[in-house]
Amino acid sequence: MTEAARSEQVRRIDAYPTHEVGGYRVRAGKPFPFGANVVPGGVSFSVFSDQATSMTLVIYRRGESEPMAELEFPEEFRMGSVFAMTVFGLDHENIEYGYRADGPFDPVVGHRFDARQVLSDPYARLIAGRDVWGVPPDYSRGYQYRSRVCLQDFDWGDDTPLRIPAEDLVVYETHVRGFTRHPNSGVTAPGTFAGLREKIPYLKELGVNCIELLPVFEFDESDNPRTNPETGEKLYDYWGYNTVSFFAPKAGYAATGRYGMQGDELRTLIKDLHAAGIEVILDVVFNHTAEGNEMGPTISFKGLDNATYYMLTPEGYYFNFSGTGNTVNCNHPVVRNYVLDCLRHWVADYHIDGFRFDLAAILGRALDGTPLPNPPLLELLAFDPVLRHTKLIAEAWDAAGLYEVGNFPAYGRWAEWNGKYRDTVRRFIKGDSGVVGELATRIAGSPDLYAGRGPAASVNFLTAHDGFSLADMVAYNDKHNEANGENNNDGANDNNSWNCGVEGPTEDPEINALRTRQMKNALAILLISQGIPMLLSGDEVARSQQGNNNTYCQDNELSWFDWDLVEQNAELLNFTRQMIAFRKHHRELRSTDHPTGAIRADLGLPDISWHGERAWQPDWSPDSRLLAVARCGSGDDDVVYVAMNSHWEAHDLELPALPGRRTWHLFADTGAGAPHDITAPGTETELENAGKYLIGPRSVVILVGRTNEGD
Amino acid sequence: MTLHVKERRNKTGTVLVATGEINSETSGSLLGALLPLVREGRPLKIDLTAVTYVSSAGLRTLLVVYREAQHAGVAVTLYGVSEEVRFVMSATGFLDFFETGEAAAATAKAAAKATR
Repeated sequence: MTEAARSEQVRRIDAYPTHEVGGYRVRAGKPFPFGANVVPGGVSFSVFSDQATSMTLVIYRRGESEPMAELEFPEEFRMGSVFAMTVFGLDHENIEYGYRADGPFDPVVGHRFDARQVLSDPYARLIAGRDVWGVPPDYSRGYQYRSRVCLQDFDWGDDTPLRIPAEDLVVYETHVRGFTRHPNSGVTAPGTFAGLREKIPYLKELGVNCIELLPVFEFDESDNPRTNPETGEKLYDYWGYNTVSFFAPKAGYAATGRYGMQGDELRTLIKDLHAAGIEVILDVVFNHTAEGNEMGPTISFKGLDNATYYMLTPEGYYFNFSGTGNTVNCNHPVVRNYVLDCLRHWVADYHIDGFRFDLAAILGRALDGTPLPNPPLLELLAFDPVLRHTKLIAEAWDAAGLYEVGNFPAYGRWAEWNGKYRDTVRRFIKGDSGVVGELATRIAGSPDLYAGRGPAASVNFLTAHDGFSLADMVAYNDKHNEANGENNNDGANDNNSWNCGVEGPTEDPEINALRTRQMKNALAILLISQGIPMLLSGDEVARSQQGNNNTYCQDNELSWFDWDLVEQNAELLNFTRQMIAFRKHHRELRSTDHPTGAIRADLGLPDISWHGERAWQPDWSPDSRLLAVARCGSGDDDVVYVAMNSHWEAHDLELPALPGRRTWHLFADTGAGAPHDITAPGTETELENAGKYLIGPRSVVILVGRTNEGD
Repeated sequence: MTLHVKERRNKTGTVLVATGEINSETSGSLLGALLPLVREGRPLKIDLTAVTYVSSAGLRTLLVVYREAQHAGVAVTLYGVSEEVRFVMSATGFLDFFETGEAAAATAKAAAKATR
């Protein structure tokens, strides 16, 4: 007898109704797990509300405007503050459901109950209503974001977490839709999980081993009233930092979303990424929701238990530490558990490898908004058994001025987006004076910020979705966000960018050559720095956003990956691939510890040493724009020497002497034209002039000290 | 939308021809028709030429049949999968689990070529 046949013979005694409500056979449900779960003979519904006086389950036939049933939870089906009921005879695939919560409407004390509203289930695993990206919503339907029931029985085969050590990661930040939406992407279903899956070979060839996806929890892309003042085109909430439903993958990102199969489509993408050796990190937004402030819509939390889920002022208004209208009450015990349940769901049911937390400083605020010394939520996530080996990455600041880079409560687990790394390296690349001292600290893994936590606590990045792309960082001095319809007032002003002499595109070959060099300089420094490097999707092929540093609303070619650039900018792409390969090739760049300067006995060299025009004599003066670093150790017999020159003049470098029979070999010189700019790791040619190298203006040179084959 | 199933037996095995939609409403009857055929132990072909739509529950039902067949050592092949159904099965990963007629034919062709 097969397992399936044996299980068919199992008959549970709770698979029979005990009551009848509204013509449906029901029984008391189980309070846990929350949400809607398929059980023998029916569906069990469980929802929390601390202050609701009554709760009604509202059931719709799929897609219909009017409910097919409204079932009030009998009082005896309430356990504590949880309403739980099993409804028998439902066709789980063809229903949508929501709740009406009745209770006091008294905003001053935080209550906003309104039984006229049908509310989404915060634990809904699927949401209907925005099934296909960009389809204008039918606002005449009262219930917009409709909870759906689904089975969670995906066949993962032998998929297991990759558990790539954090220091070995090379992260690639991308947008699910933007990556393949461009008409030239060549995929079967552009702009979807399935489309991204078709591009896995590209990612593998690039060499990245971790993809970080901008928000994939269900959000409403149509939730943007603005239009482009230049073209009149509708603007969107394209990035999706405005969560509608935290357990549900975005249907509009799935080619099969119209069939309600977005869950399986996303899982299949993740399974195939894992098979290709690529981890998946999700960008998650727990600091606020799409419900806005008192003027915003009531979708779910506001109507179910406003005073529990949101931080409220003594007058009952919404604290706005997120800059978006509301702030989730993350350290309330119930909300803490909600966040934990949510992340466990994504790890257990979607095999997600890690999370990047948007405006994570908010997660450390108390119920009244003050920063907590030991935030219970952060501790809970750090030690949770299910999340134990996931990567936890904080954007360690918020919109209300709390800046915790280097001070985020880490519990030995949390890494951070290192904003100081970005700012320092950008300033160096554009040629600012007085930066080399801090540059040294940043490329060594920022020991000033992460002593005791290790270099992998630092996610190093120069560009991210938020801000200029790499190509724009070297082509624009100022942001050009007019297309966003906010009079260029949105987006950051401190970009630390330099346009190389002309604002925007130019035909000047010298300027274009300099820009290419500057991009290579940036990529080279990023990929030799200790810490976790993060690349922005498209930077490897010089994707431009025409100077827009805040494309949150641009669902068009400003944001999309232009696949023609793969061929057009093959030189930069090859440079990036080889730099990633070089990082993988040299263990000392990925050491688990910060360098100390300790001498490695068998080489007679320190694990890190600093140099200038003269070996062993770095120039730390304010006017210095040249710094060289040599790295060795961590089980690698090679010595890596990186010279970084942001000066507009060339410099003769004296190279440090190498131990034994090692000689210097040239891996990369951004001042040389392709194909002499970089080679494949292991194929470097020996320098003719062993002790010297001329580094060109605004260039980075990387040498490898090793023995020749056969020596 | 209902689902009709018809059995056809020949020397090499059994063919089950399905017509209509396979969804949560109809998958129970499909399962009822398929499982006894799997238990007979003869090679089974499921002809989906006239199937217009397979829902999430429908795909899961087909996979249950496939798993039962694997357990019993019975070959199950899907035939006549429309382009749309094939795309949905591919995007959701279900296609990876099944032997489809086209793939089976290609394998047979390759095997024949190899023995020449």
